Amino acid sequence: MKRDLLHRLNEARAKGRGVVLAIRLDTGVQRLIERGDMADALAAAAQSALARDQSGTVEVDGAGWFLNVFNSPPKLYIVGAVHIAQPLSQMAALAAFDVTVIDPRTAFATSERFPNLHLIAAWPDEALADLPLDARTAVVTLTHDPKLDDPALVAALKSEAFYIGALGSKKTHAARVGRLTAAGFDAAAIARIRGPVGLDIGAVSPAEIAVSIMAQVIETLRADAA
Amino acid sequence: MTDHDKVLETAETWLDAGHPVALATVIKTWGSAPRPAGSQLAVRKDGTFVGSVSGGCVEGAVIAEAMDAITDGKPRKLAFGVSNEQAWQVGLACGGQIEIYVERVE
Repeated sequence: MKRDLLHRLNEARAKGRGVVLAIRLDTGVQRLIERGDMADALAAAAQSALARDQSGTVEVDGAGWFLNVFNSPPKLYIVGAVHIAQPLSQMAALAAFDVTVIDPRTAFATSERFPNLHLIAAWPDEALADLPLDARTAVVTLTHDPKLDDPALVAALKSEAFYIGALGSKKTHAARVGRLTAAGFDAAAIARIRGPVGLDIGAVSPAEIAVSIMAQVIETLRADAA
Repeated sequence: MTDHDKVLETAETWLDAGHPVALATVIKTWGSAPRPAGSQLAVRKDGTFVGSVSGGCVEGAVIAEAMDAITDGKPRKLAFGVSNEQAWQVGLACGGQIEIYVERVE
């Protein structure tokens, strides 16, 4: 690999651009392919690898290439700067998610409680309108407060978000389903919301609940790629 | 794909500091290989390394090859697994097989 190529690859990754490094296995020739580049058959194969988030070997025009996928990190938007959000945001960051915490209540959304994290002190619908909500995005609502949770869920349901989760008991979730139905969402759309949120591992403490949520988010992300 | 060691960032930092560097990349896996294709390891001439290609099973052999690649500049493909005669020395206890591409950063 040429040093200049390594630099360009690192630059793309630092900016969160999804790229593919293609290595021709017989000659060692290498090429950096940006997301959206469809210039030729190799570039097209790279786009498909990016979409599957899976590195691997392909044969293009009789030559074997290794396509190393460097995808943009998956995003997690947490609505509610509550207690569970503290371990959840840390765990998600460890798992290499790009984490944003949204809460208009400035007493909750403080950098003391969420150091080194992207915090937005605004209403969820306003905040989410300004953030990319694509197929590599997960949205988790944690406030229990319909005023805050519902607008975020509405925005998430209208998007391609791969995961939507809402904290709350079965009873809370049933009430939420009723409100979203009244707001015009059909059963299939509402079924995208994981509620009660997280895998059922009997989690009790905020950190344990964060583990169960994070496990379900990763399960969904990887199931889509498989 | 992201990792804690920031393998490629570290490789660039090493190069900036004047260290020759080789990269090892998992290009193919069969069976229950410990790390997926695309996993990387960066190695310095003095053997210092970051990242992983197998979760520890064959790192030693890969690092030795990477140090050789730094010296002779030749890229190489390495294969490890149960069907390999090396399996008794450096094999994958999990029974998987992996192919690794090793190259010097020029």
